[in-house]
Amino acid sequence: MKLHRSSGHLTLALALLALPFIIDALFGHGWVRIADFALLYIMLALGLNIVVGYAGLLDLGYIAFFAVGAYTYALLGSPQFGLHWPMYVVLPLGALIACGFGVLLGAPTLKLRGDYLAIVTLGFGEIIRIFLNNLNAPVNITNGPQGISAIDPLQIGGFSFGSSYEWMGMRVDDVHLHYYLFLAFTLLVIFVSRRLEDSRIGRAWVAIREDEVAASAMGINTRNIKLLAFAMGATFGGISGGLFAGFQGFVSPESFSLMESIMVLCMVVLGGMGNVGGVVLGGVLLVALPELFRNAAGPVQQMLLGKVVVDPESLRMLMFGLALILVMLWRPAGLWPSTQRRREFDADDSVLHQEQETVYDASK
Amino acid sequence: MDIFFQQIINGLVQGSVYALVALGYTMVYGILGLINFAHGEVVMIGAMIALTVLQSLLAAAFAPVLAVLLSLMAAVAVCMALGYSIERIAYRPLRNAPRLAPLITAIGVSIVLQNLAMMIWGREYHSFNLPFASTSHHLGGAVMNDVQIVIVIVALVIMAGLMWLVHQTRTGRAMRAVAENPAAATLMGVDINRVISVTFMLGSALAAIAGFMVSANYGIVHYYMGFMLGLKAFTAAVLGGIGNLRGAMLGGVLLGLIESLGAGYIGDLTGGFLGSHYQDVFAFFVLIAVLVFRPSGLLGEKLAERA
Repeated sequence: MKLHRSSGHLTLALALLALPFIIDALFGHGWVRIADFALLYIMLALGLNIVVGYAGLLDLGYIAFFAVGAYTYALLGSPQFGLHWPMYVVLPLGALIACGFGVLLGAPTLKLRGDYLAIVTLGFGEIIRIFLNNLNAPVNITNGPQGISAIDPLQIGGFSFGSSYEWMGMRVDDVHLHYYLFLAFTLLVIFVSRRLEDSRIGRAWVAIREDEVAASAMGINTRNIKLLAFAMGATFGGISGGLFAGFQGFVSPESFSLMESIMVLCMVVLGGMGNVGGVVLGGVLLVALPELFRNAAGPVQQMLLGKVVVDPESLRMLMFGLALILVMLWRPAGLWPSTQRRREFDADDSVLHQEQETVYDASK
Repeated sequence: MDIFFQQIINGLVQGSVYALVALGYTMVYGILGLINFAHGEVVMIGAMIALTVLQSLLAAAFAPVLAVLLSLMAAVAVCMALGYSIERIAYRPLRNAPRLAPLITAIGVSIVLQNLAMMIWGREYHSFNLPFASTSHHLGGAVMNDVQIVIVIVALVIMAGLMWLVHQTRTGRAMRAVAENPAAATLMGVDINRVISVTFMLGSALAAIAGFMVSANYGIVHYYMGFMLGLKAFTAAVLGGIGNLRGAMLGGVLLGLIESLGAGYIGDLTGGFLGSHYQDVFAFFVLIAVLVFRPSGLLGEKLAERA
């Protein structure tokens, strides 16, 4: 049995290692890049999963932490200020600053209930974006809407992830290298998430999600534990932001719109809140499907109707919105829910029915 | 001082629009405890429908006044149907689901409406010109044109009408009963589903009128206009005390004033460090400040206790 499991893990590991080359051979270089982005998004989604999935706090401005991480990396590793700090300093620093912002936002707002928190975080996300957009005058810090370009590639010592290497007769490109780097980070985040889930803290989060009053009666310091969820989510966001900046070589406020927050939220919700596997699935689906769609929508329309009637980009967003509605209506716990959540949603005992009455009680 | 009066006038006009939209949020919240995220997009759809109908009627050589009235009525009708459908499709099936679920479908509806609008009307800004000239009046050093005067007056009339509807009619009593205690209201023979549908339709009608007003005031319509407007109107509703009709009106006007005065003076206050392009930030700071220091809003009661 044990052998069975470890051989399964070995197969998975080999598959993950070989994946970029398989993708490259089958679909071409561009798709390896998309796989890189998928990994970044999965990291983001896993970070948000801590806040939304475990602790049940709806955060609609999550992308702001991603932005903070990305801009930290961009400002400290680009010609903007002439600073070229190394990655192993800037990445943790970005994570730390993002964490600080998380606490800053969380401390005053976490006493608010669900939907208020959603709006405040949304507002916070917009504030960050507006500041990034406008902090180019009178003192130029962020370079405004133009963004910051020529950002240093991710590199450790003399080894740069941004260049190509010839290795044992095989050409390894920057997209492949980034894939492995991001994969390592993603696995780390998955590992941390899984361990947190089973820890005292993770159980405290779930307890708060289920019933805050009961949780605090059990001796959980709900405010601190919620703050911890916020800080932890923000930290993951900050790390992936730094990686994003180094990978792209360019950041601008446009990349951190509300739409991005919603996209990451969709990954968590559609995949299955609170379940690491579900969130990963959500991330893969929501990066891959829209890309497929973007590539397919134009030609298919061309074929069927003889011309491109609808802009594929807006068609993509439309599908996105529809998917959100339909999944919520038919599988409210997501495509691959955590076992606990599924139990909650499927349960049909009278106690639960009483609990669900609270939608009305709440509006009193 | 001239700038001051001018900003007051701008704030009042913009605040009237916020108030109308905020009423839609607050009515739905009062009854369902739900933030109708898609409400801002209903405003946008209203503006777009009004624009399209107005243009085609004018092209068909209708009298200008008639064309304006008919286009407004068309926008109101379409938005009421839209509000009704949104509630039926996206909210009603989830009425007993966890609270996160309807909030997420609301975001979904918002995305769908925005992109549908983009497909139908395109990405570009459309100019929205009323078919008659709007003369400007000088009051002291400030300027206010006919359109702005009409906006403020119409908003006042509509708000008075709504107060009458809610407090004096049978439907209004049913609405208040459902907001107070849905279970008890059902026992008294109130058809909750009907009341909720009526609420959504009323809110959407106000949204359509607000959409017409804001487009007439600024002269442009865009598929993305509903998003920010919706957020700010929601802020206004929270500022006044969500669930409270008078609060929404007060909050709307106050937010309009805060924004325009803030945008007018932020440059002087910060020694030129921050400019008027930070206007959009004010609403969010107000929102955060209100939620932190007085979560029940200016006129609300004990709202923080809500589950």
